[in-house]
Amino acid sequence: MNNEYIIEVDSLTKKFGSFTAVDKISFTVKRGEIFGFLGANGAGKTTAIKMLSGLLQASSGSARVIDFNINKESEKIKANIGYMSQRFSLYDDLTVLENMKFYGGIYGLSNSKIQMKTDEIVKVLHIQDYKDKLVKSLPLGWKQKLAFSISILHEPPLVFLDEPTGGVDPVTRREFWELIVAAAHQGTTLFVTTHYMDEAEYCDTVSIMVDGRIEAMGSPKYLKEQFNSPDIHTLFVSLARQSKRTEI
Amino acid sequence: MNQFWVFVRKEMWHILRDKQTLFVLLGMPVAQILIFGFALSNEVKNSKIAVLDLSKDQITQQLIERIDASKYFDLEENLTSPKDIERIFKKGKVKLVLVFENNFDKNLQHTHEAIIQLIADGTDPNVGTTLISYASSIINDYQKELFGNQLILYSIKPEVRMIYNEQLKASYNFVPGVMAMVLLLVCALMTSIAIVKEKELGTMEVLLVSPLNPFFVVISKSIPYLIISILNIVSILLLSYYVLKVPIKGNLILLMGVSILFIITSLSFGLFVSSTTRTQTAAMFGTLIGLFMPTLMFSGFMFPIDNMPWPMQLLSNLIPSKWFFIIVKSVMIKGLGILAIWREVLILLGFTVLMLFISIRKFNKRLDIA
Repeated sequence: MNNEYIIEVDSLTKKFGSFTAVDKISFTVKRGEIFGFLGANGAGKTTAIKMLSGLLQASSGSARVIDFNINKESEKIKANIGYMSQRFSLYDDLTVLENMKFYGGIYGLSNSKIQMKTDEIVKVLHIQDYKDKLVKSLPLGWKQKLAFSISILHEPPLVFLDEPTGGVDPVTRREFWELIVAAAHQGTTLFVTTHYMDEAEYCDTVSIMVDGRIEAMGSPKYLKEQFNSPDIHTLFVSLARQSKRTEI
Repeated sequence: MNQFWVFVRKEMWHILRDKQTLFVLLGMPVAQILIFGFALSNEVKNSKIAVLDLSKDQITQQLIERIDASKYFDLEENLTSPKDIERIFKKGKVKLVLVFENNFDKNLQHTHEAIIQLIADGTDPNVGTTLISYASSIINDYQKELFGNQLILYSIKPEVRMIYNEQLKASYNFVPGVMAMVLLLVCALMTSIAIVKEKELGTMEVLLVSPLNPFFVVISKSIPYLIISILNIVSILLLSYYVLKVPIKGNLILLMGVSILFIITSLSFGLFVSSTTRTQTAAMFGTLIGLFMPTLMFSGFMFPIDNMPWPMQLLSNLIPSKWFFIIVKSVMIKGLGILAIWREVLILLGFTVLMLFISIRKFNKRLDIA
């Protein structure tokens, strides 16, 4: 068991009929890092995340997530990761506290533990006045931050964030990333997909996926030097243009 | 298991928060029973009738008084000529006209045969038939009093007898029907909507990534509706027993047992719908058109199955409500036991197992392409 890496992916492939969504990707993610998983729409990011989080069966290849094999131990993986989807994932008609109790509960946390964590989240997000209000009364930015806090409520060592900042204003995006960085400081590994290339600068490692394959990977600094590119955005655009898949 | 109850608690929050829907779910059966019981009844009370008495003797007078005195009929007008019959029907108020022939009393005494003509407004055949049968039975009673059983009024006397429902009480038919409808609506419709809602919101994805067993998600969604349905059965039975005076002749425990079986059947259909649809609208139309309409048409509740052409009769066998309807009528109204209904119970069980099996398979498959 190699302790340095929390995710080790080896030739992971997913085919839907004759369409290869993810084509033999291999990479590693270090413990405690922020891993940026970039790619255009339809490049296969979400499919890859779904395989790694145990939602989808891989067609071939294998991967180890935390200490578990994705092909055989998806249930164990599910119990040990956090997940935030690109769609808003809290219940609008429940209060902030009820949402926390529910998500804490389905991960099997004890009541006292849930109590402790909710107090903590309420304090960090400054939402004391809102904790008994329905989630739908919160501004979108707060909802997004709350959804993230709830996805790490059970203190998983690894969290998958699938486009967590979609549709969020720049100020809130910045605040959101502060939360992500704070979580990384506490030792959580964050696996983030995003469309916003400025966000890539927050990441320790960035991978760029094109047509189901990983075309570039490394620290932002290394990538810019290697591809002789002023920023990640320029690099991304030049790689994504090589795509043969039609954009959605 | 603990996680399971966390999930059920969440569903309870959803339902209790949406007071309007909860009110509708609990109030609907009450409203339906009362509407069917009082407003939409096929029973006729205080129907206006007219009489053309060409004889005007003692017997006809007594008979007219007797009919007028019953709670079913009110004498609106005494006609004087046969021409008036059409006039009064055209006015539309009067639904039945009784015509006594000339020398009614005399004919009865001498030839033992007197003719009374019952003319009903056939524009509403159900009402017409009911009126004729009520009037006939009053006339029969009267002649029995007059002559004992020696004589008969008509040369051909139709004897109509509605077994199990002598007074043709409509409530005997619709109480089981309303039960089937309400349980289907609450269980199949609400469960499928509740599940598809999670897909629509995107929360289903988060739940599937959690360690929660996917099938728990689905089962715990149906538990609150199971409880609501049981409350509905209790309120329907209480109302029909105390307000509509429909007897519960059979075993109450058996009746509750088969109702719970039907609830589970409906739930399994709801699961099936939710496993095949992605949006709440689709789930709603799926249940309404796929389950609710056939229940209205083919369960025997609104239209007698025996009168349908054979392809329709065959089709009606695929409607679970039809079997539930038969079971409830047998147990509740006829007072029969399990021996009389085991076949229908087995059919319902079969439907349930089949639907659950297909839904679980579909559900697992869906995970793979989610």
